[in-house]
Amino acid sequence: MKFGVVVFPGSNCDSDCFHVIKDVINEDVEYIWHGSGEKLTGFDCIILPGGFSYGDYLRAGAIARFSKVMPRIEEFAQNGGLVIGICNGFQILTESHLLPGALIRNKNLKFICSDQYVKVVNPDTPFTNLYKEGEVINLPIAHGEGNYVVDEETLKQMIQNQQIVLQYCDKYGNVNEGTNPNGSILNIAGICNKEKNVFGLMPHPERSSEKILGCEDGNRVFLSIVNYLKSR
Amino acid sequence: MLKAEIFVYLKKSISDPPGIAVLNSLKSLGFDSVEKVRMGKYIVVYLNENDIEKAKEQVKLMCEKLLCNPVMEEYKFNISEE
Repeated sequence: MKFGVVVFPGSNCDSDCFHVIKDVINEDVEYIWHGSGEKLTGFDCIILPGGFSYGDYLRAGAIARFSKVMPRIEEFAQNGGLVIGICNGFQILTESHLLPGALIRNKNLKFICSDQYVKVVNPDTPFTNLYKEGEVINLPIAHGEGNYVVDEETLKQMIQNQQIVLQYCDKYGNVNEGTNPNGSILNIAGICNKEKNVFGLMPHPERSSEKILGCEDGNRVFLSIVNYLKSR
Repeated sequence: MLKAEIFVYLKKSISDPPGIAVLNSLKSLGFDSVEKVRMGKYIVVYLNENDIEKAKEQVKLMCEKLLCNPVMEEYKFNISEE
């Protein structure tokens, strides 16, 4: 199976994602330049990595969303392809309406860079099937605009459709204001679309995918994708 | 040449962390009468266009497509001759 990692000017977690796919989970992977308008054939999963896409000065992801690669990604997602957006990749997915809602400045206005406990709310997705429901994992976060907002009606539908995948919590799994690093509604850290093939999250699973990094909790996001693709 | 002054601001229902920080700062400076602060963006676009109606249509499209995210923001604009 083949992964594609999209590179925008400003992406800085592209190499990390590439490395995890190639050297940690040993799957085929290729970089995709954001300016490429070529059809995404032969790929099983596209990763929009974190970092900073150009044009974030308007809104995070606002200008990147109009890159030539984005219509190809929309097409790919509509055909059931798996798309995962990490951090800035998540912001680009909301800007392009592949995921609902939007991300605004963190409540405390600070850029947060820390380890964060996250609860797996929905393990029934192609991206989380190797986790247990309610499992607490440790993933690093590094963002200034991770405060997820969405209107009440959409949020209701998201809850009904089980689109909330990850929530910020403490090590015991408590989800409340005190365990919310950025002010995100319902402590949301990661969501998927109704069809479950597009996933966006603010934490960085690629930065906690190897023992040498101190934690391997993020590894199973990528292994879940492989598991899903193999069992399909 | 026409000049479009565009204001993009968060919807009332969306919390505004920078606005709250500025509110607190104004209060600490003694401006006790300040009730609320909302922050937004001010964007100026110069258009090589003389027809105000055509310019309005263009600016509306620009706002809806790129300058404003309708999920969380609203906009308004003024057009004048430069």
